[in-house]
Amino acid sequence: MNKESMKTIQKIGLIIFLIGLGIFTALPLLGTFKLNQNTFDNIITEKNIKSNVFITEINNSVVGKEFKGMQALSPIIAEALAKANETHIKNKEYDKKIYTSSSDMASLIGKQSGIGFIAKNKGIMWLLTFGLGIIGALLFILPNAILLGKKGIKNDGIYHENATNRGWIAWMVFVFLVSFYLVLYFASEYAVNWTYLVDPISESLSGNPAGHWFVYGFMYCIVMVVMAARMYIKYRHNMYQIVRTTSVLFFQIVFAFLIPEIMVRLQMPYYDFKNAFPLDYDFFFQWNLKSLLNSGGIGLFILVWGIVLTLVIVPVMVYFFGKRWYCSWVCGCGGLAETLGDPYRQHSSKSLFSWKVERWLIHGVLLFAIVMTGLTLYSFFAETGTVLGIKTSSIQNLYSLLIGSIFAGVIGTGFYPIFGNRVWCRFGCPLAAYLGFVQRFKSRFRITTNGGQCISCGNCSTYCEQGIDVRAYAQKGENIIRSSCVGCGVCSAVCPRGVLKLENGPEEGRINPTEILLGNDVDLMDLVNKK
Amino acid sequence: MKNIVIIGNGIAGVTAARHIRKMSDHKITIISAESEYFFSRTALMYVYMGHMKFNHTQPYENWFWKKNKINLLQAYVENVNHENKTLLLNGGASISYDKLIIATGSKPNKFGWPGQDLNRVQGLYSKQDLEKLEKNAPNNKVCKRAVIVGGGLIGIEMAEMLRSRKIPVTFLVREKSFWNGVLPKGESQLINEHILEHHIDLRLDTNLEEIIADENGNAIAVKTDKGDLIECTVVGLTAGVTPNIDFLKDSGIALGKGVKVNRLLETNIKDIYAIGDCAEQHEAIGNRRPIEAVWYTGRMMGETVAQTICGKPTEYKPGHWFNSAKFLDIEYQTYGWVFSERNKEAHEEHFHWRHAKENICITIAFHQTTKQFLGINTFGIRMRHEIFDRWLQENRNVNYVIEYLKDANFDPEFYKSYENEIVSKFNSDYNQTITPKKKSWKRIFSKA
Repeated sequence: MNKESMKTIQKIGLIIFLIGLGIFTALPLLGTFKLNQNTFDNIITEKNIKSNVFITEINNSVVGKEFKGMQALSPIIAEALAKANETHIKNKEYDKKIYTSSSDMASLIGKQSGIGFIAKNKGIMWLLTFGLGIIGALLFILPNAILLGKKGIKNDGIYHENATNRGWIAWMVFVFLVSFYLVLYFASEYAVNWTYLVDPISESLSGNPAGHWFVYGFMYCIVMVVMAARMYIKYRHNMYQIVRTTSVLFFQIVFAFLIPEIMVRLQMPYYDFKNAFPLDYDFFFQWNLKSLLNSGGIGLFILVWGIVLTLVIVPVMVYFFGKRWYCSWVCGCGGLAETLGDPYRQHSSKSLFSWKVERWLIHGVLLFAIVMTGLTLYSFFAETGTVLGIKTSSIQNLYSLLIGSIFAGVIGTGFYPIFGNRVWCRFGCPLAAYLGFVQRFKSRFRITTNGGQCISCGNCSTYCEQGIDVRAYAQKGENIIRSSCVGCGVCSAVCPRGVLKLENGPEEGRINPTEILLGNDVDLMDLVNKK
Repeated sequence: MKNIVIIGNGIAGVTAARHIRKMSDHKITIISAESEYFFSRTALMYVYMGHMKFNHTQPYENWFWKKNKINLLQAYVENVNHENKTLLLNGGASISYDKLIIATGSKPNKFGWPGQDLNRVQGLYSKQDLEKLEKNAPNNKVCKRAVIVGGGLIGIEMAEMLRSRKIPVTFLVREKSFWNGVLPKGESQLINEHILEHHIDLRLDTNLEEIIADENGNAIAVKTDKGDLIECTVVGLTAGVTPNIDFLKDSGIALGKGVKVNRLLETNIKDIYAIGDCAEQHEAIGNRRPIEAVWYTGRMMGETVAQTICGKPTEYKPGHWFNSAKFLDIEYQTYGWVFSERNKEAHEEHFHWRHAKENICITIAFHQTTKQFLGINTFGIRMRHEIFDRWLQENRNVNYVIEYLKDANFDPEFYKSYENEIVSKFNSDYNQTITPKKKSWKRIFSKA
């Protein structure tokens, strides 16, 4: 196969991918919905809806009628809900008030009302969206195994390409990702059609139809697998990258996706065994603790495991291997950043100013998480909803909204093409902040600088996704011991002179401040370093 | 407080300024005509290739200079008047100094080839050269072919740059094998093959006769001493560099090829020093050349002269030789001395190992009779500087080096290691029975 035909395959792949993506993107506004009386009655019973206002409203304006797209159906449900709650509050009928959000209510009703082509042809629709997306992306990515030529560093043209140099393609990706996360977190009723596509898969795993979080989890795995293929091709000379990519894939698919779903099928609580508190910020929330305590042996095991994971396993592993064992070998956020986000890693800011912002923000989030969890636990044990006049649930909701949804999701991933692939990991993740303390002060991990070989070219700094100015250390012959380093190993990979090596060794000599570099006569080094 | 003026904002001048600032509150001024801020010359190629933007090549942020009270002056020094200690700048201004450091680096060699000053004939050294190349060879539509003249490190870098934009490249190399004045033949051969793998039209044992122009004075072809006429759009002249000291011709400062300096890096004139590529030692230090146009020696001279200027007269004493480069995809490192067949003495014995398929090889040089380890070249394997520096300092013999070779490996984790193969080849070549020692963190991190 010659290079020209490879390029043609890539172009075909791109078109197929865009068709799949286009259909997927249009789905939220398509489809036909019709709510049966029977179905609605079931919902009323299941959700224990006591609001006669709401029931009447829905019976009158929704049941038996056809709606084109969720944009037609969802406002009516929201209106009915608002009207019902308004009436009940006015009449002080608090037992009738509906606490389900309008988004959730619309999703619930919408999910069971789909009657059109999409809801009836889940398999075909899966092929037209996920199927085309996967095939197209692979056709686009795989020919690079030949097109990229000999193995080695493949960064040619990154700053000439629109997509990787903040051009219009990057901005389109940005808009798409941000919108996707906004739908996911704040308008899940528009994800109803997406859930149909993966219903068969969800049913085969957990036995339940898919919700929008299942769509997200499934898509996450698919995106990681496809983009991991890209990583394998790009870094095929670098065993560290290959092993690491395989590891994040494994943990995402098995631990974050399959095991929790299968646990649900086995009547166990949904739990991701690798997701450590405080990244898993709602681990100590009342509903979770109650669910664990009511789940018998496995619940108790998860409770103990979760605590031991955070307090013992995580720090001990960081002591031996640095925080990379978690952040770039295991973590799902890290996994996405290292696969989908790899083309954007060069966009992290290396300025001193960014470093200052980073330290305030990430430690601020850690503090927030700890204070919130403190309040939560106090509330749980003291069996009270408020602490010092502050409602625990409002603090939890604030954290979920600001940190859990907006920071980790919308900004963390949505901003990949503009601010780089580790915005969340660098500026927001409370677990990363915690691991960072351990890495900085008590660990065997360091990036060793190879004596005087550095030529200050700056490839390392440019491609550091965490915004560390690696060169600033390398050119001084100083090992890199930074709390933020996630150990992705790319600085070492892109170094043209073999200067950087990620390694674990004795703590003594790990930090090596040197005024004068190796290569000078020994006397001068002694003179300066001993003064 | 003295008034220190440094001409040149490259690695040597900037390192001197930084170290003087660390040790004193002298007034420091750096003059450069090339660029407003210090940048890393070694990274220019990556800007053209799209790995980086120009600002990524600047190791310090722009506020750094003001914060550290290092004045930057963008000007060209026309000449030096050491009698009243002033510099004449372009445009007629002048600036005085108490102590002057000359750190003006190099410029590309031109050997009087006919047509060497035509349009679209250029070297690759300065920021301006990069800008010129961007203009002359933006893509393979404008630049149909480039001919590169001179088979050294800059030549192969320029070839790599142009190939990154799919521009056809013809590479004229005077030697019979690439860089064989420096590399032993096995290694030189490996690089020859690798150049061809990258679809570069390598012409060994070929000299440039003449560059031919069109009616507008643009280069359109080169003629070689083999009688070939090669049509091209751009000609790259990369036959080494020479000190950039023309402006000092009548200054009274003693010049050879470079600015003559003693071990304190002082010139013949009091209070004038020279460092970096432009400095020429009266006598070569060890096996080093009197002029060393290498990144780290510039840095080291900067570190050294700063000591002297701040009242601690310190001789420039570079330690054991080391260097590194990258030939397309192949990383190269060297520690100690491994000479090419052309330059080595009779007692220098070479042990060479090359991987059967991959572009990986090493050469270890040792003394034939005493077995003393002299140096190592590695291609495609990274080695630990500190370990080889220690072994050279301790005068280890070759058997020791072979035995403990695993300690020196600096490849990333999970890389395949080749020490066992290397040791067994050594054993069979020299009838030895060495068993390689397991890598020991304790030895590696023990301070000598």
